[in-house]
Amino acid sequence: MVVVAKNLIKKYKDTMAVNGIEFKVQEKECFGFIGPNGAGKTTTMKMIYCFVPRTSGDLQVLGRDPSIHPELVKANLGVVPQDNNLDEDLNVFTNLTMYANYFDIPKAIARTRAKELLAFVQLTEKEKVKINELSSGMKRRLMIARGLINDPKLLILDEPTVGLDPQARHLIWDRLHELKKQNVSMIITTHYMDEATELCDRIAVMDKGKIMVVGKPKDLIRDHIGEEVVEVMLMDMPAGKLKQDTSGFNVTLEETSQKCYFYCRDCRSLLSHLADKGYKHILRRPATLEDVFLKLTGRDLVD
Amino acid sequence: MIKVSSRWTKVWYRNYISFLKFFYVNLVGNLGDPILYLLAMGFGLGAFLGQIEGVSYVQFLAPGIIVSSAMFAAVYECTFESFLKMIHLKTYDAIIVTPVNIEDVVTGDIVWGATKAMLSGIMMFVVITVFGLIHSWWSLFIPLLIFLVGLHFACFAMLITAWAPNFDYFSYFLELVITPIFFFSGIFFPLSQSPGWLRALSGTFPLTHAVELSRALVMGTVPQRPITNILFLIIPSIGLFYWSVWRMKKRMIK
Repeated sequence: MVVVAKNLIKKYKDTMAVNGIEFKVQEKECFGFIGPNGAGKTTTMKMIYCFVPRTSGDLQVLGRDPSIHPELVKANLGVVPQDNNLDEDLNVFTNLTMYANYFDIPKAIARTRAKELLAFVQLTEKEKVKINELSSGMKRRLMIARGLINDPKLLILDEPTVGLDPQARHLIWDRLHELKKQNVSMIITTHYMDEATELCDRIAVMDKGKIMVVGKPKDLIRDHIGEEVVEVMLMDMPAGKLKQDTSGFNVTLEETSQKCYFYCRDCRSLLSHLADKGYKHILRRPATLEDVFLKLTGRDLVD
Repeated sequence: MIKVSSRWTKVWYRNYISFLKFFYVNLVGNLGDPILYLLAMGFGLGAFLGQIEGVSYVQFLAPGIIVSSAMFAAVYECTFESFLKMIHLKTYDAIIVTPVNIEDVVTGDIVWGATKAMLSGIMMFVVITVFGLIHSWWSLFIPLLIFLVGLHFACFAMLITAWAPNFDYFSYFLELVITPIFFFSGIFFPLSQSPGWLRALSGTFPLTHAVELSRALVMGTVPQRPITNILFLIIPSIGLFYWSVWRMKKRMIK
């Protein structure tokens, strides 16, 4: 086990950021945390990477308690926090070698490793460039390279692709897939459901400091939503009528002000029925993690 | 619990490398003010004054300007620069997720502040030597003295930084604490002529003791109370060091 948490609690003055969660991250696994803002994802990550001490509960990271042996735990972690915190006084290459020095990595090894990592994140030609001349995608890639400088046993990525354009995101996904192939254990938080589905072997859905469910993305979708989703645009029609029209079907229905969602295993009969009844604005699509997310954490805006 | 490891040297080294990149900017920033004081007050105002304690005014002023330049360098480094690294650049955040702990980071920054103070004091010392105002080989101990001054004010400034909500806070610190210390620590006029309360207050400033030692080293005279001077430069620094590291840790680790 890379991480084992039992009844893990983090309390700030009057808020329960993390309220008694339990999870395990296995070796070589990519484990994801998803959840709305304020769900406690980042706090959980920070407790793992020894940035925030826990209030109570058990936590083991790489077999050690982060509050007792933070140096030993941190020596084997790679951390890519939410906000880029590259050293703006140093150029790209020196950012990596300086960081290596914090890990007691000898200079010669640090230089070789920095060169390899810059090649890995495709920044070799930016070696001498200042940090503020990099694009946000490049900064993020450099952050990942920096997180790998000590050849970590566990890489922690807090929203690795937030605010990036699709090209930059896909390049980062590609690099993270490569790391998965190399059996690097990873923990990721993200707001992008496609990212979680794409990268994570297992996902924990968090809300209000608690873990709602944990599982493989496919299993979560199948267990909580089904195979398919039918979206019906209401177009000023009362939802009650639609409910009445479909009352004979054994499907889960969820309504918002604009749409009704039907979650079902096989939607063909429902679709033809809706067509017979004269509904025109209908969308049939495969169920996604986003459906699971919204179903479990609600559609209301979280501030 | 405060646990400083030898990894603080890595933080010191990081600051040193970053300093080399901005070497000339740093140089001008550190030397500009003290040289102005020396010229304006020492030669300008000094031309209208007679001798003070048996020497010309500029000669009286110079030893104090050396130690005060060290004070300002350390204060600047451990307020504005450290705050910038802590809050805006998140450099501290980046470092403390490595085996380097927050105590090491703060210690590295404090010793770096003292180093910068020493560099700026030495440069001032060279300038003053060029003006022909150094009269004793004892003045070779001045780098050590200004390192102690630097360490003291680096710790003091770091403690303020641990509390500071924003940059404005430092203006208050400079105007209400550092500037009065600067004016009333015997750099500009001998305290022997001042009212008793002011002399007593001034006697509690470590800078006053540094000025006394600096003047003795520059002139090659025997200081009146060397042990008191040295104790005032060392004892408060130890307390301030632990206090500032502890406050910083409290601020960073929640």
